[in-house]
Amino acid sequence: MTRTADNPHPVQLPLFEVPDLRHKIGESVNIHEYQAKEIFRKYGIPIPPGEVATTPEQAEAIARKFGSTVVVKAQVHAGGRGKAGGVKLAKTPEEARSVAAQILKLTIKGLPVQKVLVTPAADIATEAYAGIIVDRATKRPVFIASPAGGIDIEEVAAKTPEKLLRHPIDPRYGLQPFEAMQLAFFLYSDFKQARAAARILSQLYKAFIENGGSLAEINPLVTTPTGEVLALDAKMVIDDNELDRRPDIAALRDESAEAPSEVEAREASLTFIKLDGNVGCVVNGAGLAMATMDLVKYYGGDPANFLDIGGSSNPEKVVSALKIITEDPNVKAILFNIFGGITRTDDVANGIVTAIKENPLRVPLVIRLTGTNEEIALKILDEHKLSAMTDMDEAVQKAVALATGGKAA
Amino acid sequence: MSIFIDKDTRLLVQGITGRDGSFHAKQMMAYGTQVVAGVTPGKGGQQFENKVPIFNTVAEAVKKTGANTSVIYVPPAFAADAMMEAADAGLSLIVAITEGVPVLDMTRVYPFVKDRHLRLLGPNCPGLISPGKSNVGIIPGRICMQGNVGLVSRSGTLTYEVVYQMTRAKIGQTTCVGIGGDPINGTNFIDCLAAFEKDPDTAAVVMIGEIGGTDEQEAARFVKEKMKKPVVGFIAGQTAPPGRRMGHAGAIISGSAGTAAEKMQAFEDNGVGVAKRPRDVVDLLKRAMR
Repeated sequence: MTRTADNPHPVQLPLFEVPDLRHKIGESVNIHEYQAKEIFRKYGIPIPPGEVATTPEQAEAIARKFGSTVVVKAQVHAGGRGKAGGVKLAKTPEEARSVAAQILKLTIKGLPVQKVLVTPAADIATEAYAGIIVDRATKRPVFIASPAGGIDIEEVAAKTPEKLLRHPIDPRYGLQPFEAMQLAFFLYSDFKQARAAARILSQLYKAFIENGGSLAEINPLVTTPTGEVLALDAKMVIDDNELDRRPDIAALRDESAEAPSEVEAREASLTFIKLDGNVGCVVNGAGLAMATMDLVKYYGGDPANFLDIGGSSNPEKVVSALKIITEDPNVKAILFNIFGGITRTDDVANGIVTAIKENPLRVPLVIRLTGTNEEIALKILDEHKLSAMTDMDEAVQKAVALATGGKAA
Repeated sequence: MSIFIDKDTRLLVQGITGRDGSFHAKQMMAYGTQVVAGVTPGKGGQQFENKVPIFNTVAEAVKKTGANTSVIYVPPAFAADAMMEAADAGLSLIVAITEGVPVLDMTRVYPFVKDRHLRLLGPNCPGLISPGKSNVGIIPGRICMQGNVGLVSRSGTLTYEVVYQMTRAKIGQTTCVGIGGDPINGTNFIDCLAAFEKDPDTAAVVMIGEIGGTDEQEAARFVKEKMKKPVVGFIAGQTAPPGRRMGHAGAIISGSAGTAAEKMQAFEDNGVGVAKRPRDVVDLLKRAMR
């Protein structure tokens, strides 16, 4: 797929990694459609006007201002908004108010709709797709273009892969004008439209790179009956490792659209994912954390969460971790599994001691701890009448037994 | 023998005066690694622990000390630049420990490093150790033991867990390599498997994978097609709910591509022994090497 001297032209390939694209949206930092549109507009991408409403009355006022048929669109971090009834046409301002009222009552894929975007309805002649993701296989940003837009791009990839162009960009040079034209001619045969599209694609690439994107997408990219090329929708996902150097993007994060416990964990620099079981897990490192969950299941238990305290841990992180886990009423036992490398186990031991002093635990605690500064850690725990195990399997079995009242294990 | 590092490794530490850099530089020195230089811009001319000269730039450090390997502990915002600086200074191996490097930075670092024909390990990796010879990174030296099994892993602490189980069972290692969990990294499973296959002292290999991507599946096919030595493996994330990213940017379950079940099946189909628990690696190795 890489452009080489033997293979100078971008090749058409089925998008074998398409599902990655869907899951990226949900996992990095999502921003809303209206926010992505504001960014794209700054780059000169033609986008019809639109305003955000949080009440039906505001939606009505915006529709009246536009004086035309409008589209009212739910602003939530979930795909399939249309199918869920989150996108509706309104011919009059009164109708805009009533559909906004309906949409603002919706919960789409577990996320309550708190905002709607009101935008004039456009006359559409054709619908295309244009997007960029970072691809693991080529280790490059890859453009994806399809003249069959307006629907799930995954569906296009599965059913009509010939309608999909996948083109890796050399990040040292960026998207060159001839590449933008090649992609644009794949979408449009009309030269004027292709030229307009090439400009949009160049600006989309710029917006993607300059804002630290892991995904940037226009679906649909439309032509109007008069031949204009417009971006009707906009989606952007930001790599969360970019946020430290991009405070303006970090400020776009809408925390009301995320689970509160996960927001709390992120503020404490922890990676936390809530699950349905009853064994609370505190682990250092993502791989060991997953292996710990697997082992809990192996011995007949159910993990209540994934929680990675990361490396270079300080005691406060451990205090936050215990606080988040004990907030879950399902948790019947807590398991620490710490293998110290860059994490110093004495930091973890100090954190456990401090946390228990502040908030005595209501459930039993099993600690497995070994590695860097282990001797100091064991001494700290011992001074506070806590003990630690060294074997992972034994610790997991004990935690499962305590959580299930001795029925499993 | 071993792969990538040995007694002749002359190590340079980028970020030697930082919290993590200084701590692990001391650990590596205590292990017996030849730490010959440190780099911290602005601190050139000073000495680390009264032993190791500190330089302002990597180029100067390489010229004055003959360093051939670098390990990077600098913060994420500066890590891409540190990797490129090291690559440009003519080292043969760069080990980037730093976690949280933006992926777009790595899209630029990767071709820069490739053009200079050297090996990058990481970023977001624990480094590597050839027990009894050299330790580069953050893997605790005392859990390892010299022996004849090679290990390659995408994870950090899970690597320690498996090495610890092996050492307790008296199964030593030639080299343990942590390739890191980021979507774009310098060295992959196949690079390490190929090196272990060539290493005369390595008799068998352990491969520790994770959910997300297709690297393990491709590595399994490589084992079947190109390797004579036995390989056993473990995949973390068998119980991970689909569609959730678990800490590692690489660990994204993507529909049918990248689940633990799919990877374990690929192992089985290509003759790689599958461990259900980390500790099962030990029995599988014993059987494979009998």
